[in-house]
Amino acid sequence: MEGLTLSDAEQKYYSDLFSYCDIESTKKVVVNGRVLELFRAAQLPNDVVLQIMELCGATRLGYFGRSQFYIALKLVAVAQSGFPLRVESINTVKDLPLPRFVASKNEQESRHATSYSSDSENQGSYSGVIPPPPGRGQVKKGPGSHDAVQPRPSTDQQEPASPVVSPQQSPPTSPHTWRKHNRHPSGGSSERPLAGPGPFWSPFGDTQSGSSAGDAVWSGQSPPPPQENWVSFADTPPTSTLLTMHPASVQDQTTVRTVASATTANEIRRQSSSYDDPWKITDEQRQYYVNQFKTIQPDLNGFIPGSAAKEFFTKSKLPILELSHIWELSDFDKDGALTLDEFCAAFHLVVARKNGYDLPEKLPESLMPKLIDLEDSADVGDQPGEVGYSGSPAEAPPSKSPSMPSLNQTWPELNQSSEWETFSERSSSSQTLTQFDSNIAPADPDTAIVHPVPIRMTPSKIHMQELELKRAGSDHTNPTSPLLVKTSDLSEENKINSSVKFPSGNTVADGYSSSDSFPSDPEQIGSNVTRQRSHSGTSPDNTAPPPPPPRPQPSHSRSSSLDMNRTFAVTTGQQQAGVVAHPPAVPPRPQPSQAPGPSVHRPVDADGLITHTSTSPQQIPEQPNFADFSQFEVFAASNVTEEQDSEADKHPEILPTEKASDPATSLRIAQADGKIEEKTAASVPANVSKGTTPLAPPPKPVRRRLKSEDELRPDVDEHTQKTGVLAAVLASQPSIPRSVGKDKKAIQASIRRNKETNTVLARLNSELQQQLKDVLEERISLEVQLEQLRPFSHL
Amino acid sequence: MAVCIAVIAKENYPLYIRSTPTENELKFHYMVHTSLDVVDEKISAMGKALVDQRELYLGLLYPTEDYKVYGYVTNSKVKFVMVVDSSNTALRDNEIRSMFRKLHNSYTDVMCNPFYNPGDRIQSRAFDNMVTSMMIQVC
Repeated sequence: MEGLTLSDAEQKYYSDLFSYCDIESTKKVVVNGRVLELFRAAQLPNDVVLQIMELCGATRLGYFGRSQFYIALKLVAVAQSGFPLRVESINTVKDLPLPRFVASKNEQESRHATSYSSDSENQGSYSGVIPPPPGRGQVKKGPGSHDAVQPRPSTDQQEPASPVVSPQQSPPTSPHTWRKHNRHPSGGSSERPLAGPGPFWSPFGDTQSGSSAGDAVWSGQSPPPPQENWVSFADTPPTSTLLTMHPASVQDQTTVRTVASATTANEIRRQSSSYDDPWKITDEQRQYYVNQFKTIQPDLNGFIPGSAAKEFFTKSKLPILELSHIWELSDFDKDGALTLDEFCAAFHLVVARKNGYDLPEKLPESLMPKLIDLEDSADVGDQPGEVGYSGSPAEAPPSKSPSMPSLNQTWPELNQSSEWETFSERSSSSQTLTQFDSNIAPADPDTAIVHPVPIRMTPSKIHMQELELKRAGSDHTNPTSPLLVKTSDLSEENKINSSVKFPSGNTVADGYSSSDSFPSDPEQIGSNVTRQRSHSGTSPDNTAPPPPPPRPQPSHSRSSSLDMNRTFAVTTGQQQAGVVAHPPAVPPRPQPSQAPGPSVHRPVDADGLITHTSTSPQQIPEQPNFADFSQFEVFAASNVTEEQDSEADKHPEILPTEKASDPATSLRIAQADGKIEEKTAASVPANVSKGTTPLAPPPKPVRRRLKSEDELRPDVDEHTQKTGVLAAVLASQPSIPRSVGKDKKAIQASIRRNKETNTVLARLNSELQQQLKDVLEERISLEVQLEQLRPFSHL
Repeated sequence: MAVCIAVIAKENYPLYIRSTPTENELKFHYMVHTSLDVVDEKISAMGKALVDQRELYLGLLYPTEDYKVYGYVTNSKVKFVMVVDSSNTALRDNEIRSMFRKLHNSYTDVMCNPFYNPGDRIQSRAFDNMVTSMMIQVC
């Protein structure tokens, strides 16, 4: 070797480089690997490098001694400057710029480069110092040095690039020069001893060695950009954005990719996107994904079923939990299948995860499925054509169209694709929610029936029924009570009206007509309610017993008052005659008695009915409004008298609530009325009031608390009203079946409701009986008081 | 809101149980377990004839002093049990139903995931998020 004269700057620089390469700290011999990397970073053609090595004597010696190293460096500078490589040129060429090494991962190098650039010596031209060892920290290259001297490498390096991109293709050793060959890494560079293709292949995470090797040989053959991928490979696997393969790098990748394992490709990709949106999918990646998609589903517009996708992604060896999460993120429409976009997103996420990225909680916007764009797949033509992981996306379509529909995954392994996560966050959950709702909703055969109008929860259904009955009699429809109550009111009113008018037959008809619409439609019931209201308005008793305070009524879980009404209507229609014993008979309110407008204290408690019973017989005659008051009077009287007959009274009261037994109730009401009448006649008007006037419309019972004489009157009114209601119900029954018969389903529903109503009414019955007992006790106490007050009355 | 939400598989083992950590969770686990009897009773009471009309929503299973337990069963006999604080009187029945509907939707999403094996514990984050939102709601 000839003597080598180095300038100070050169000396310094070379020594630094030597130190860099002298990883074994031998201070004498540098490691070949490092040297090779360095040379590769010089971006010289391979043959030039070989020549240099030969010239410097390393090949002869087999190792790089310091002198050889220095000579080599000098020759590199010479070569980079464009001078022919000659041994003599070492010393002959003056003012050689420092050899430039591109994109080395080696920070040292970069430091050196920077430091050198700062040297006063006219290294300024280098601007930059030797870029860090090949394949290093792309970003570092930054210092414009690259630009100055070798625009090519600099551009490459400056790309955010995947540090390790290059490795993908072939063993790092010959990345660039060999890139042109499109071959496998095995392209056989002599530099193979260098760090080795390993990094390239190593999935995610591999490193620097590969990248550096790759980078070194930028040898201008392949466009710089591709190198970036290589370069960045080792550097910051975790940091580099996922696989943002730059178009340039794609070419390299293509060549290499075919061979490279998916992992390396991923790494490259990863690094290349260091500054980009980490979840962005580059074109190459997309091509790769699309290809992968095609392997599973040839039709790009089609879906990949869940099971196939599961197998596919299981190959990535990610934990099932993570795959599950990836699926959740990527299956945008939650249909259990993956479209091209979704597949790309999923693959990208898998790649990202493999590269160490954490999975996002929500799908990143860039991964959100977009409109399918099949054009991307067309760009993949140049690719080696390896579908499946091995292929590099190859020519990344110049246009980075975001369309992800095709999850071209040319990466040999699924692993590599993980980085493309563009799960859109439009979470389909909301969509599914709505969809699901629509699915679930239909489950209820008849929402009207199954989901009754919300009703205030009442302590007992009986009360509710009574309340309804009362309301039916009154013209006031409790605004608070839901339709349910209204409907019950309606029914009650119908019943009452009909019952009231029964005898006359006029109003009854009206009542029935209103109840005709009772059929299961709540609307109809609503209309009935309104109609009833009108009816009730006409009936005197309506005025008298103010509608009981809206009480939360016990609502059947399913059947609402609607059901009750219906039942009522049905039952009343059916059984008009039969009275039987059913409880729900709505005791016709003693409407006539209401006219007097007794304070409506319905002594009856929530049941209301009971209070009606107390309507004094006085009120009975005060029911002039009814066409046929005599009957009502009888009713009222019977109601009053009925007081004592708690059960009898109760039954009628219950009737309103129990629709199933309308007919029976009506009869009972009549009976009760009769009894009441007798009682009222017999008992002091003041006394009564307690008996559960079954006839009292349900609302009345609510007011039961009262214990004054006034109660008696309201009770009587209630009685009459109840009887009226019952009659009305009975009368309306015949009309009901017709409407019900229309819809078999409605019938079944109504049957069910009726059954429920039955149970409700039974409970109501028991409650009413209890109330009756209470009322009787009150009566007794009142009588005692009366005795005390008028101790000498008998005298 | 819900103090505890549980998803029980057909074979009556829990797929997912989550309760607000303020209280002894074991107590809730026990309540859910005991409520299964009530659920079964309600299911059997439906009868075969009414299967088609059977409601998914079972309603209030049983109340205790402090809590009320609501149930919901899917057509595949997967049960959702929800324990709510009795002090939350404002909770209407319809709200409970809507909560169960949301649960059902999320459960379906979990099922759609090919990586989920029916019978496994539910570890879906989306499901967790939804449940958390339901449990926090109330306060």
